[in-house]
Amino acid sequence: MTTIDEKATVSASRTSFGELRLHGISRAYGAHTALHPFDLTVRGGEFIALLGPSGCGKTTALNSIAGLLPLTAGSIELDGRRIDTLPPEKRGFGMVFQSYALFPHLSVRRNIAFGLRMRKVSKAETERRVNAVLDLVRLTEHASKLPGQLSGGQQQRVAIARAIVLEPPLVLMDEPLSNLDAALRLDMRAEIRRIHQEYGLTTLYVTHDQEEALSLADRLVVLNLGRVAQVGTPAELYESPRSAYVAAFMGYRNILSLCADSVDGGVATVVGDGVRLVGTVAGSVAAGAVSAGSAVQVAVRPEDLKIVAEGARGDVSVAFEAVAEVVEYHGREFQVDALTRAGNRVHLRTPERVAPGDQLSLTVDPRRALVFAAESESGEAGDAG
Amino acid sequence: MSAVTAAGAPKLALRHRLAERGVDRTLLLILPGVIAIAALFCYPFIYGLGLSFQPAKGGVFGAYSAFFSDSFSSGTIWKTFSLAIPSSLINVGLSVPISYRMRGEFRGKRLLLTLLVVPITLGTVLTAEGILEYFGPVGWFNLTLQKLGLASAGHPVTLINDYWGVLFSLIISGFPFAFLLTHSYLSGIHPALEKAAATLGAGWWQRFRFVTLPLLLPGLLTTFCLTFVLGFSVFPSAIMVGDPDGKTHVISIEAYEQALQNFNYPQGCADAMIMTALMLLVIGLVMGVRSFFYTGSTGGKG
Repeated sequence: MTTIDEKATVSASRTSFGELRLHGISRAYGAHTALHPFDLTVRGGEFIALLGPSGCGKTTALNSIAGLLPLTAGSIELDGRRIDTLPPEKRGFGMVFQSYALFPHLSVRRNIAFGLRMRKVSKAETERRVNAVLDLVRLTEHASKLPGQLSGGQQQRVAIARAIVLEPPLVLMDEPLSNLDAALRLDMRAEIRRIHQEYGLTTLYVTHDQEEALSLADRLVVLNLGRVAQVGTPAELYESPRSAYVAAFMGYRNILSLCADSVDGGVATVVGDGVRLVGTVAGSVAAGAVSAGSAVQVAVRPEDLKIVAEGARGDVSVAFEAVAEVVEYHGREFQVDALTRAGNRVHLRTPERVAPGDQLSLTVDPRRALVFAAESESGEAGDAG
Repeated sequence: MSAVTAAGAPKLALRHRLAERGVDRTLLLILPGVIAIAALFCYPFIYGLGLSFQPAKGGVFGAYSAFFSDSFSSGTIWKTFSLAIPSSLINVGLSVPISYRMRGEFRGKRLLLTLLVVPITLGTVLTAEGILEYFGPVGWFNLTLQKLGLASAGHPVTLINDYWGVLFSLIISGFPFAFLLTHSYLSGIHPALEKAAATLGAGWWQRFRFVTLPLLLPGLLTTFCLTFVLGFSVFPSAIMVGDPDGKTHVISIEAYEQALQNFNYPQGCADAMIMTALMLLVIGLVMGVRSFFYTGSTGGKG
């Protein structure tokens, strides 16, 4: 029998830990590096989201932290104690799987009690703690059902309850909402945030949905092809993305590949493909990377692309012309997909009535058009913590 | 289509009602199977059952009482069980750790799978010949023991024409089936379940004991039934590598001898019926136990 070594086990305590340090952790599968070395410091009580498209290494990072995948390099320290050499069962982190991974042969109550049973917690104490989390996730009346008899949202809450009943120092969540329908996803998002706060958890949350990440997290880590693209608060990332890649994730749906015509301080005039506009040089590589003649990427949010009215053509400089192609009615506004003369597709939102085939003259506020050096290096390690 | 006449309506409705109950033309597809089972199984079985109640002497149950009153005949029950139960337990028991290791993808998996399953293609006779050569008095096995000084040249270890030869044969021919079944049951269990158990503090033994084993047990019991039936009806190897007049005088040999050597057909049929009843009894018991376990979805690809 494997008994849990008290010294080796990370003591589960409701009072959060000080900090969890990831030092250059990386993971390679043969010649393919799924996760390039990255550093991150997680403070107790934080809610951190790892954001990126599928295949960007975010689940690899999570599994490595949980101990389900061995690290290729780097180390993990919890309050100065090295834990990356411990097997998953001795790290004591809670994990919520994308597939929920509920034990199908055990009732909801026994699923939740599983971890306590492994730790040989007394019956009375187990009873008390399981009841408390059942109440927290509002599943008390379903306690004796099997997981197969529950809806997706209920299964999701069992998975969360099972992970947090041990009062783990860190809860890892792997795209927990991706199997739920849209309406339920919104409810569960609020639920997860509520549980995080009520239980004083520290949460590391993997998702590919930027809306989920922005609304839930205290800090975001954006990953691109196994490298950290940017780390920061939702506001920092939303307002000043460091690369076109991060910008695209933060709602800058229009990314145009153009050429810098002239650069004056933080302002650049960019041209190409029949487009001429003035934008703000952005990103950490601002100094010197964008110069006259260099290739750039310009990021603009759909809501910042404005239609220039017929009468105002003289007052406002038109950035480019486009023909409306698809118009969706969204209540207070229209979502328009338009094609520029050079064949680039642009997205805009406008309260004005637009019909497919309409010729649109578009402009953008220079402060709202972000100019990044093209082929922005996403290799620099995140300077979080 | 829109103009359905009033007269046509009831006819359509009948067809719909039948279809609701699963009665339609595709039902004809099972007809060949039904005919084959009726002609090749049901009829001979019922005929044999009837015959077993018509012995030359002793009344309706004469053949049955003859079987149980003769210790050589009734002794076959114990002999058959003592081959079928250990061989099934060994086959299932060996399958579990091997399948457990064979989960997931790794280099050489296909080769290993092929090696483990190849004995299926060997006929019982070929296996028996191999056992006779290998485990015989001057076979490699005994020669190796002699070289190691574990057996003397004059007294080789007796394995063939004995209980052990038949047991080996049942393992060689039964293991591939047990392994293939166990392997597919095990790959039907989602790997995330064990990972979840690990993050909840379960060590490898606890993960197996509390998660994998309970989910695998129904499959193991089914596998046990299959290899048990194979072992209980052992016939050629019991003759070729066994001791058919003594230690491996199993029930199928008894039935064969009664029917085709003594030409006592009713007695042979009665023996076969007893054999069937015993197998059904064991399968019924095992399935009864199986119903106590969770037998629903286990989330994997199986």
